[in-house]
Amino acid sequence: MTTDTYQAVKVSNINKRSTRWAEFLIQSGLGLCALVSIITTIAIIIILGKEGFSFFQHVSPAEFFLGTRWVPLLEPQSFGVLPLVWGTLLVTFGAAVIAIPIGLASAIYLSEYASDRVRSIVKPVLELLAGIPTVVYGFFALTFITPLLKGIFPDIQVFNALSGAIVVGIMVLPMIATLSDNALSAVPQTLRQGAYALGATSYEVTTQVVVPAGLSGVMASFLLAISRAIGETMAVTLAAGATPNISLTFFESIQTMTAYIVQISLGDAPAGGIAYQTLFVVAGLLFVITLILNVLSQKILMRYQEVYD
Amino acid sequence: MSTPDKPAFQLDYGDLKRRHRKAKIFANFCATITWMGVALLAVLLAQVSIDGFKWLDWQFISSFPSRFPAKAGIASALVGTLWLISLIAIISIPIGVATALYLEEFNSKNRLNRLIELNISNLAGVPSIVYGIIGLAVFVRQLGLERSLLSGALTMSLLILPIIIIASREAIKTVPMSIRHAAFALGATRWQTTWAHVLPAASPGILTGVILALSRAIGETAPLIMIGGLTYVAFFPEGPMDSFTALPIQIFNWVARPQQEFHELAAGAIIVLLAVLLLMNAAAIVIRHKAEQKFK
Amino acid sequence: MNSTPNEQVPLADDSIIDLQEVSIFYSGKIAVDKVSFPIAKNKITSIIGPSGCGKSTLLRSLNRMNDFIPGVTVDGMVTYGGQNLHGSEVDPVEVRRCIGMVFQKPNPFPKSIYKNVAWGPGINGYKDSMDELVEQSLRQAALWEEVKDRLHESALSLSGGQQQRLCIARALAMAPDVLLMDEPCSALDPISTAHIEDLLFELKSRYTIVIVTHNMQQAARISDHTAFLETGKLIEFGVTDQIFTRPQNQRTEEYVTGRFG
Repeated sequence: MTTDTYQAVKVSNINKRSTRWAEFLIQSGLGLCALVSIITTIAIIIILGKEGFSFFQHVSPAEFFLGTRWVPLLEPQSFGVLPLVWGTLLVTFGAAVIAIPIGLASAIYLSEYASDRVRSIVKPVLELLAGIPTVVYGFFALTFITPLLKGIFPDIQVFNALSGAIVVGIMVLPMIATLSDNALSAVPQTLRQGAYALGATSYEVTTQVVVPAGLSGVMASFLLAISRAIGETMAVTLAAGATPNISLTFFESIQTMTAYIVQISLGDAPAGGIAYQTLFVVAGLLFVITLILNVLSQKILMRYQEVYD
Repeated sequence: MSTPDKPAFQLDYGDLKRRHRKAKIFANFCATITWMGVALLAVLLAQVSIDGFKWLDWQFISSFPSRFPAKAGIASALVGTLWLISLIAIISIPIGVATALYLEEFNSKNRLNRLIELNISNLAGVPSIVYGIIGLAVFVRQLGLERSLLSGALTMSLLILPIIIIASREAIKTVPMSIRHAAFALGATRWQTTWAHVLPAASPGILTGVILALSRAIGETAPLIMIGGLTYVAFFPEGPMDSFTALPIQIFNWVARPQQEFHELAAGAIIVLLAVLLLMNAAAIVIRHKAEQKFK
Repeated sequence: MNSTPNEQVPLADDSIIDLQEVSIFYSGKIAVDKVSFPIAKNKITSIIGPSGCGKSTLLRSLNRMNDFIPGVTVDGMVTYGGQNLHGSEVDPVEVRRCIGMVFQKPNPFPKSIYKNVAWGPGINGYKDSMDELVEQSLRQAALWEEVKDRLHESALSLSGGQQQRLCIARALAMAPDVLLMDEPCSALDPISTAHIEDLLFELKSRYTIVIVTHNMQQAARISDHTAFLETGKLIEFGVTDQIFTRPQNQRTEEYVTGRFG
């Protein structure tokens, strides 16, 4: 080894030491950024938990979860959350009834019947529909859907659950269509061929082979859409009303959990007061429900990965 | 091994016609429903346009909101939205991309990282209003930032962070391993490889994801209402600590009023909002296109 | 019964399908060029040739599976039961009831073993005892003994060779006249391949089998008649023994002795 090469090796050894330090610093920096997401979740749990805990010092869980009157701001106060949950359920159920069949039918059309040209038109339209801000849907509900409904059912109230349900259904429709289409398109072509080779029509192949094969992905999309509908705020705030009410029809004004949260924050709830705390409890309930649905849909989706391994 | 006789059963050939008819009806049904969805979009856009176009003029864009519909405009809302996009971008892009890089390039597949991944998927599904509440409790109250642009931007950044992370990860995953190996073989460190080779290759995908995340942020109303974006703002914010309003809040405020004119004003503001969104999405498509050309 | 493409192919008395001047185009590009030969009843006919010579395309035209590929046109006649399979009045679904197919890679439905076999007859209106039909079909595919205790388990839990035999059972449950097989062993190990080849020997007394294979030795082992295709054209057709030991065409000889392909 000549002196020159030896020098070069020495130099490169020195560089190694300092670059290793730099690498470590950079990796730590990146890792810290990754921790932001964990901190976010911890913050959610702590904040919702803390206020919720102090809420439940004043209101028994039984009253909260089983009571049927929600009057947190006026005297006599009552903290039964069921009307809010019911309102959310009504709207979500109505939205699901609209979005699931239409979304699934669209997904089937896109993956089994549509030509490439049609797909290239419809898929961007679906993406557009999915990208429209929810407040626009609220506008649409008030200025188009509700007048339309009033024309058909003259007895319907201006603020009603049906209007909210319809518009939320339209909102989550593209989600179901796109995700289900992905799931159905992922079913291998050879499975369809095997079915057709047995003398089957397209209806039989689609409904008895393709959809069952892609069922996990399809169901995961339903759950995600429902979770999204539950968390939807602006459209229902504008369209469905602010009246906590266990209504048995879709025609009355109700209030969803999300709409209640908006109502409180538009007013001025004194910090620390019980009204302020209801914000956190209702939000906490919302968080838990959507978390369960999301985790469930992920578990179902994981099962779907296995089938083709 | 003797196989049994070939079955002599006769299959029922009679109902083939019925089966074919069923198949045809089903196919047409699915097609009709899909096109109905497309028609729905057209109706929605038409509705907005009919109501809103007549209000669209320079006075509309340059005036502050007012009790009188004729004088009202979206100036403060538009400026507020622009401020927000800028702040949100500055905050969320570095953190989001850094997290994605960490998970894809530097991870060691240990339990902590799997936890982070799971966590991000869950955060992506949390309703936006919950983020609003966290923003209220942490940024407005705890950190004392009050109802400022900064509070709003921080809250919205938290909201879209999972979207940026997920989209960036997908983009980084598509960079072929061979590029990294080539760099390693030349003695480059992990970070050198990432900075000089992986990031540039993944940047179109990352950019597209960022733009889509920002579009989502622009349209969200609930969190901004929670942290106190005001609905009657007759001034321009001058710094991150000023109070503000934004387009979605203004729209919400106008839609919630009973008078017809305010609904039409809202429609006008919606057109502006949708125009901004369309521009951003068009930019995303152009970027995706140019990136695909580069790698052809 | 040797013949070259330049001679008129005599219709054998016991042929169940006849190909006459069959040409197949993919969006105008020719894939199969005026192929004519008969497929004899209760015999195994193999179609051999180098990759891309149009074997699978030709096979798929025998049960109208080419219908699913956009831009495919078929000229000439494929005659079965006196009818041209590609005639406009012919219902492809009916065709596939009588002419079944087994694919290159096993493709069982993600359902139970039982349901896989029962599905075809079920949608086609089969009303008698399904349990009997399933057992019969599985016995014919030499799979019954291995699965009789787990009929309701998922078909995907079977090995590759078993899955392919299941696909054969599934096709046989339809009681087809003809069974088309598109390189059925190419995705399997040698032992499973041997099992299936034995199976085909047993089946040919009841069914007519057309098998596409790129494995010449397999064709030589099991088939009665062989058609040799190259770039879409039929180079030679005849009794298998003759094709492999005394081929009449020089290209045929070069292929079967391994000089190309």
